[in-house]
Amino acid sequence: MAELKYTKDHEWVRLEGGVATIGITDHAQTALGDVVFVDLPEAGRDVAAGEACAVVESVKAASDVYAPIAGSIVESNQALADDPALVNSAPTTEGWFFKIKPADEAEIAALMTEAEYQAFADSQA
Amino acid sequence: MAESAEILLETPLASLHRELGGRMVPFAGYSMPVQYPAGIMAEHLATRAGAALFDVSHMGQAELVGDGAAAALEQLTPADIQILKPNRQKYGLLMTASGGILDDFMVANLGDRLFLVVNASRKHLDLPAIEAVLPSGVKLNRLEDRALLAFQGPQALALLAPLAPALAALPFMGVASTTIGGIPVLASRSGYTGEDGVEISVASGQAEALARLLLALPGVVPAGLGARDSLRLEAGLCLYGNDIDETTSPVEAALTWTIGKRRRAEWNFLGAERVRAELDGGTKRLRVGILPEGRQPARGHTEIAVGGTTIGEVTSGGFGPSLNGPCAMGYVAREHATDGTKLDLMVRGKPVPARVAATPFIPHRYAR
Repeated sequence: MAELKYTKDHEWVRLEGGVATIGITDHAQTALGDVVFVDLPEAGRDVAAGEACAVVESVKAASDVYAPIAGSIVESNQALADDPALVNSAPTTEGWFFKIKPADEAEIAALMTEAEYQAFADSQA
Repeated sequence: MAESAEILLETPLASLHRELGGRMVPFAGYSMPVQYPAGIMAEHLATRAGAALFDVSHMGQAELVGDGAAAALEQLTPADIQILKPNRQKYGLLMTASGGILDDFMVANLGDRLFLVVNASRKHLDLPAIEAVLPSGVKLNRLEDRALLAFQGPQALALLAPLAPALAALPFMGVASTTIGGIPVLASRSGYTGEDGVEISVASGQAEALARLLLALPGVVPAGLGARDSLRLEAGLCLYGNDIDETTSPVEAALTWTIGKRRRAEWNFLGAERVRAELDGGTKRLRVGILPEGRQPARGHTEIAVGGTTIGEVTSGGFGPSLNGPCAMGYVAREHATDGTKLDLMVRGKPVPARVAATPFIPHRYAR
């Protein structure tokens, strides 16, 4: 499995076969608490890097999820509509949010490594 | 952020919260646990299934002592305080001069004095307002050396029985000075969850010992402000600052049941002119329960529309763990306040279909 890259907004990105899968990190799901609803982008939507394109709702609050890179949405995770708690139980696998066809794959390379993200998340605690 | 820069007060249970892994957040000037590691969902469901312990020591506790205390307090509230029998408690509203709600509060008749519990965020306003109307001979004592614990859930009283036999016989809204495991307490059979349970006032120095005693009972979990909020929302209970405030009247807030019958004849409480006019002529808006379709919650301040026109605003909204769906309350124009009325909640610019619904969303299970 390809390595994950990370953003300061607590998303992760996995590039496989020219498509980037995006979700929120374990750190983020822990902070949010029990996820009860996820609002996902439609396939075909073009997004800019940093654009809010999904919303994750916990019992307590709603939070935006941002596109880490520019590109076109190719798929959203329909399993989250029936079982939003997948975001808590499997944040970096079954709990993915959406897939993007990147406009420029180099944007992914520029994101944080796991070690860099861990240091960043710790610095925020 | 200004909030994190200010010095936060702690309750007598602060070290216990840390030991239990509570996630502390600023609330009404206090550092309070919003949740423990189990999370809001688990804490909420545990309260409805068994029993949970909440620290609500941030709330203001006070007593009114002296002849005429009840009549004095009635100057600020439309509740009938004089009719309150010894060892009984009731819910009421403190008023502003313009007929808005200064705060909501609980008042108990302890025989020789009245015992008051007011909101943490409002106690700095409530207590001076009460003091300002007291005749000589009636005194307000702030009980700053007391903690307040809420022990809530269908198993709460059964679990307490071996430690506090006197509590089992307490009726809903009854109050008793007794002991729990030898610790002197003032307990009332009441709460803010819709479940049976007690709220327990205890000397600060014995609060942690009492909390540990209750947490050691079988199946009892600590629960934070997050679960307290989702429980009270499902129970249809107002949160001051969200659902009621100085701009809302008791009539608009659908809290006219707190106005005593005698008080409706006397009209001698602060702000009575507005209340009387609204009871006679109706209000432009009313607080209602709201059930959104689907699973998407609509939070406080969400615009409510009918046919593209704004007709109100959500004041509290979230996801009800026991309801297993979203629920909310808010104010709507009176013509749209009937149960079943279809509404659109404008969540992030998109209409979410919803309907006006009776509260509580989860039936109350109070004692008797």
